Amino acid sequence: MISRSLALHGGLIALLCVLQFVLPAYHHGNLARIMVLATYAGAYNIMFGYTGLLSLGHALFFAAGMYGMGLAMQHGGLSPAPAMAVGLLAGLAVSAVLGVLALRTAGVAFMIVTLMFAQAGYLAILYFGNWTRGDEGFVIQQAERALAGIDLSDPTNRYFAALVLFALGMGLTLRLVRSRFGRVLVAIRENEERTRMLGYDVFAHKLGAVILSGTLSAVAGAAYGLLFGYVGATFGAVQYSIFPLLWVLLGGAGTVIGPFLGTLFMFYLIDLSSGITSAYMLVAGVALVLLTLFAPQGLAGEIRARLWRWLP
Amino acid sequence: MTVLLSTRGLSKHFSGLHAVENVDFDLPAGQIRALIGPNGAGKTTFVGMLCGRITPSAGAVIFDGQDISHLPAHRRIRLGMAYTFQITSVFPGLSVAENVALAARPHLRGEAEVAAAVQDALDRVGLGGRTGQVAGDLSYGHQRLLEIAMGIAQAPRLLILDEPTQGLSDGEIAAFKALIRDLSATTTILLIEHNMSVVMETADMVTVMNFGAILAEGRPEEIRADPAVQAAYLGTDADAGT
Repeated sequence: MISRSLALHGGLIALLCVLQFVLPAYHHGNLARIMVLATYAGAYNIMFGYTGLLSLGHALFFAAGMYGMGLAMQHGGLSPAPAMAVGLLAGLAVSAVLGVLALRTAGVAFMIVTLMFAQAGYLAILYFGNWTRGDEGFVIQQAERALAGIDLSDPTNRYFAALVLFALGMGLTLRLVRSRFGRVLVAIRENEERTRMLGYDVFAHKLGAVILSGTLSAVAGAAYGLLFGYVGATFGAVQYSIFPLLWVLLGGAGTVIGPFLGTLFMFYLIDLSSGITSAYMLVAGVALVLLTLFAPQGLAGEIRARLWRWLP
Repeated sequence: MTVLLSTRGLSKHFSGLHAVENVDFDLPAGQIRALIGPNGAGKTTFVGMLCGRITPSAGAVIFDGQDISHLPAHRRIRLGMAYTFQITSVFPGLSVAENVALAARPHLRGEAEVAAAVQDALDRVGLGGRTGQVAGDLSYGHQRLLEIAMGIAQAPRLLILDEPTQGLSDGEIAAFKALIRDLSATTTILLIEHNMSVVMETADMVTVMNFGAILAEGRPEEIRADPAVQAAYLGTDADAGT
């Protein structure tokens, strides 16, 4: 079971590695972007897919990482590596505070509380426009985007940086789902009261999931800003909270590979349909409705239900 | 004989309704105690307060000499309590083995030990051949047995079983009686039960609750002969006037 899982996920990484040398420039750039966004979706999946906590405020974490990194470079004069660390720490702090407060609620109330926190974060970005340049955002100059001597604005380097991040995120999730901690998260998703009555501290485990998910989201946000050279308020807006939910739902909640499939699918669905018609969101909407009707468990979820029961 | 669990003045009021009122209860270690009483007598509320699912309005719960009244449920479980639910509460999407493994892990370190405890608990309830099945696909009776297996795998010092034989077949009930007697060698058992044959054949002592208070306590044959208990069950007490 472990070796099959290793073959599948390792195979995906190897395939992505090979694609770097094969793909035309346009798709090459897209895939780098998709890998970073899929890392974000994977982080979302830790909370939603494995723990059963539906957050509508993940943009807060993504933006915390992006702005933590960006502001540290722009105003703190830090180089990329320590700036990434600042982004990670920002995500850690924000997710810990949000977790402690929001986990006092459950269900719909939890969704609303996370949504409101994220909106507060978005408005804070706009409010402190002197530092953040508000809506407009700011560009991280090409000259500054060098990590350990590697120029991250170079497409090949950028692709491999995204691949490393994606592989790390996926490895972390694979490890998590096999760990005792991860199994308790799944138990909480399945039956929270029973989990508590088996002697597990449910609150502490859920908080752990929020912090893990929030911090990984922040790392993805920081990497996105650094690799593509732009930090903007859009990434803190509500659509960046909805995207990971959609990607995970489409790809298969509670599967390790699902978030990547969902992100890839959605990205190219919009990309291709916008080439055909200006009403591309209509195409995307119809596809979403069809998938929800006929593959309610998402792409990887259906594969698991029908073919590969072992899929983690 | 040492007392494993006791309560003093334990009460629960739900907006004026006195579900449990001022209950003093002592359970010696090693005993099988049955808790019986008509529907609505407060049995489930009472054990809910023992294991921390329900916060008492007043009173104290003492487990193994320690006042645990203010501990959250999961801390009480870690002290050696296990509670099996009246309404079957398993992890429907997980395998039978993983259900039991989740119960065993808090007190076992290695996964090999966990696997052994899982197999042992499932064998004892007769589900040893169904480890790989998804729990939600089991029949109702088998889910009840799975619930009991989870209680066993917790290796508790006090096992609280809330109507465990509900929905079991006659054959399964007979096996359950043997299992309870077998378990009592290592565990103190508090059993909420409606099936009188189970109570009479397994319990060392019986506590009868009615209207949130303890009505009688004694050996099974004493309880069976007690006129007040008969009245409570048959609904012919003086207040009813029939």
